[in-house]
Amino acid sequence: MGRRVVRSVDAPGIDTLLASKEMVIVCGSGGTGKTTVAASLGVLAATQLGARVLVLTVDPARRLASALGMNAFGNSEVQIAPEVLRLASPPVRGVTQGELWVAMLDTKAGWDELIRRHAPDAVLRDKVLANPLYQNITGRFVHSHDYIAMEQLHELHASGRYDLVVIDTPPSRHALDLLDAPGRMREFFGSRLLRWLTVPYRSRLFALASKPFYQVADRVLGSRFLQDIAEFFILFQSMESGFVARAAEVERLLVDPRTSFVVVTTLEAAPAHEARFLADELRKRKMHLGAIIMNRTLPTSIRQPGAAKAARSLMAAADDPDVVAAIAASLAATTSADPSDISRVLAEVGERFHDIVVVASREAERRAELVALDALAVDVPSLGRDVSDLHGLVELGGYLQQG
Amino acid sequence: MGKTTVAAAIGELAAGTGKSVLVCEMDAKGALATAYEVPPLSFSPTEVLPRLWAMTMSTEDSLREYLRLFVRIPLVARLGPLAHMFDFIADAAPGVKEILGVGKICYEVREQHYDLVVVDAEASGHVVAQIAAPQAIRQLVHVGLVRDQTEWMIDILHDPVTTGLVIVTTPEEMPVTETVELIERVRSETRVDIAAVMANRVLPALFTDRESMVFQDLNSAAVRAQIVAIAGAKVTTVLDAAALTEARRHVGAEHLDRLRTSLGPGVPLLIIPELFTRASGRRVVSLVAQAISDEIN
Repeated sequence: MGRRVVRSVDAPGIDTLLASKEMVIVCGSGGTGKTTVAASLGVLAATQLGARVLVLTVDPARRLASALGMNAFGNSEVQIAPEVLRLASPPVRGVTQGELWVAMLDTKAGWDELIRRHAPDAVLRDKVLANPLYQNITGRFVHSHDYIAMEQLHELHASGRYDLVVIDTPPSRHALDLLDAPGRMREFFGSRLLRWLTVPYRSRLFALASKPFYQVADRVLGSRFLQDIAEFFILFQSMESGFVARAAEVERLLVDPRTSFVVVTTLEAAPAHEARFLADELRKRKMHLGAIIMNRTLPTSIRQPGAAKAARSLMAAADDPDVVAAIAASLAATTSADPSDISRVLAEVGERFHDIVVVASREAERRAELVALDALAVDVPSLGRDVSDLHGLVELGGYLQQG
Repeated sequence: MGKTTVAAAIGELAAGTGKSVLVCEMDAKGALATAYEVPPLSFSPTEVLPRLWAMTMSTEDSLREYLRLFVRIPLVARLGPLAHMFDFIADAAPGVKEILGVGKICYEVREQHYDLVVVDAEASGHVVAQIAAPQAIRQLVHVGLVRDQTEWMIDILHDPVTTGLVIVTTPEEMPVTETVELIERVRSETRVDIAAVMANRVLPALFTDRESMVFQDLNSAAVRAQIVAIAGAKVTTVLDAAALTEARRHVGAEHLDRLRTSLGPGVPLLIIPELFTRASGRRVVSLVAQAISDEIN
């Protein structure tokens, strides 16, 4: 720690956010470019702010992963070679280049680690790890991906190895699953219901079996399955206090002043709706909304009235043989373009511009709704290609910085 | 990806041919009601168009219905407020939520209440857990009512005449990669037939190959200046917008090729074009239904 170089900036923007926070949680709908934005924030903090950064990601796009050298790595942290980083992003005067580390979230390994940490002894630990229900449950149990993501964030932050940890969140059924995962985990293990559920099997006295719940559950699921579940949770109960305390810590982390959320969205209806919902819920929970990234947007200049007029002029020009001939003459130096091709291209470009204006207008409505949320809102233009290497991430970082 | 819009459109298309149809939204986000422009939907189906019914899945209601239909224990009434207990059990026991969702759907199919049941499933990461739930439950539960019932559910799900999976994607890097991975998982972890992949929001080509080259040449500095002189300074915005759209379309076409290659000849790929319309809701559903109909015929 202590390597952080804090730059003074004019207005609070992404730089300020990255310089003042220690944990950044990137969330939003699937397919909006969360992973890319998370990686780009990491690159930005390492190269422009001299921070030692870890980007923890979930199932990133393959090409991006290989661009970052993440192919063969699971839960372990890997550093991007400093010279590669320096090549992609020229050094900033007065800033010593930081370090960029990346790791991929592995839910199963994360769970196994938790069990190892909280098991009171080796016998119980091995019993849980070998339990068939455990194998099945770790994939789905209590929104386990969401919890493990937050748990790993806590672990990495607490290690003190990084100035900043950026986490790209797993796709959730529901945006709130992620925010509520630690609380649910804490409630689950602290629940009296769990104790009650396991009582008849623990005591081997089926006194409670007369309860209607057991009669129904028995009939539907079969007593053997109920017993399997109960046995599994009895194993887990020995770790209860450890789990509850840990989940409470992870829960506090989400409202910690050092933590901030960055919501990524495109300006399409469904993701933008989700982004607004998420922003509202973050505020209700007193969690810090650091920025809303509006990704892959069309240039706002498209909606200027002069542009539509120019498109109409282009269509008129397409119908004017003299104009087409003049352009054909200019092109003759490089290519032998047919005047009728030129005419069609000009007409097509002019005509289709209306369609693009329609999309830009839809985007403008979404943008207005998001800007009204009164958080730092950053427009990142569509680059017309996939971001799949460090150079792309640096370019994206530039847009994030400009705000 | 427009999954809900496509599900709504398939429902409308089928109802239009005289079939009675149920469309069910699994993730209860309310997008289906928005698509059909109706008030929020519930577990009991609403007729949104003639012969077209829509509902939203609620695992708690599904459990209630299940207990009422199959358990017939008067005690069920005495279970009281099920919600808290149910949440707890569903968190603890693997596959409970999934089996209640998929079970309700299979029940509607078995009872032939409708000619077609369209499911607007959960996001791709969760859909395999859902359709494989009967198999998973079979492995975990050795006796009891639920185990017996997984059998007919599996029969329905694995019969390609009855059940088909339609995967909706967009021509972008991550969605196509996720689709390819989803197909691999569906094929290796389940025996559910993949009926079709639909690529949504595909940009139409602006130019032929020859015109495309002309367009590139028009963007050289000298010719651009000439066009600015004719159509005004703002024409650069128009040219840039066309170039950006062409670049996006080109990248999208590459991803579609990748998708087509991995699908092979067995699975049809249907193309739904990007709609340049201001409206949303029912009009978009009808336009998408029309596009699907054009692709099929």
